[in-house]
Amino acid sequence: MSINIDVSMSIKRELVVPGSFEYLVTIADFIAEVGCEAGFDQDTIFHVQMAVDEACSNVIEHAYCGPSKGDINLCCDCQGGEWVVTIRDKGRPFDPDQVVKPKLDTDLEDIKTGGLGLYFMHQLMDSVEFTFGKDGNKLRMVKREV
Amino acid sequence: METQTVEYKRCSVVAASGRVDSNTAPAFEEALKKVIDGGQHNVVLQLSGVEFLSSAGLRGMVSGLKACKSGGGNLVLAIPSERVKTVLDLAGLTSLFSVFDDLTAAVGSF
Repeated sequence: MSINIDVSMSIKRELVVPGSFEYLVTIADFIAEVGCEAGFDQDTIFHVQMAVDEACSNVIEHAYCGPSKGDINLCCDCQGGEWVVTIRDKGRPFDPDQVVKPKLDTDLEDIKTGGLGLYFMHQLMDSVEFTFGKDGNKLRMVKREV
Repeated sequence: METQTVEYKRCSVVAASGRVDSNTAPAFEEALKKVIDGGQHNVVLQLSGVEFLSSAGLRGMVSGLKACKSGGGNLVLAIPSERVKTVLDLAGLTSLFSVFDDLTAAVGSF
């Protein structure tokens, strides 16, 4: 469910969904709704949708080790042409340094697509920060208007 | 996400539409696998109706391409949407696939 937290020259919205792949479309719709309301262009909204889709897929696959193991909490904070997305989960600690890097610039036989989601997140967003604490994983991504 | 497969004399056309994300990528990959495992290694993947493609979908496309090539054929792309082109460019995999802006030309390439 989408909750309007506070609107005072900024847009701040939150969404909590079960950590299951069928909710990825709900998450994409939420991102589109927030981006439109905040006045971001369609390309920016698409970039954030992609990065968030990859991040949430990683949460389900790697933090929760499968669907329906816990919730995903998303918070969007848009202000001054900056869009901050914070994604929280209570799965196992996620260390981005342990993720293998994709091998793309090579012959077909040698291409490795593992880690492509994380690679996309870094390509699409201006900053990507992972932290883990007693409340679980927290991913903070920032997209600035082009 | 929906897929539809049409068999031609020299190739099969798999047309996908909708969102190809972690939720739907297994069905997308299965549609390709079914054609390839059935012995057809010349495949046209029509992507004009794909509005969203995640890394999971892209992995399925690369797997399909590898399977087709190892069987002596090819997997080519027809009419990729702008969103699909963006994702291919982002991954740096555009040059990996033969891309056609016309379905007839894609089918005729086999």
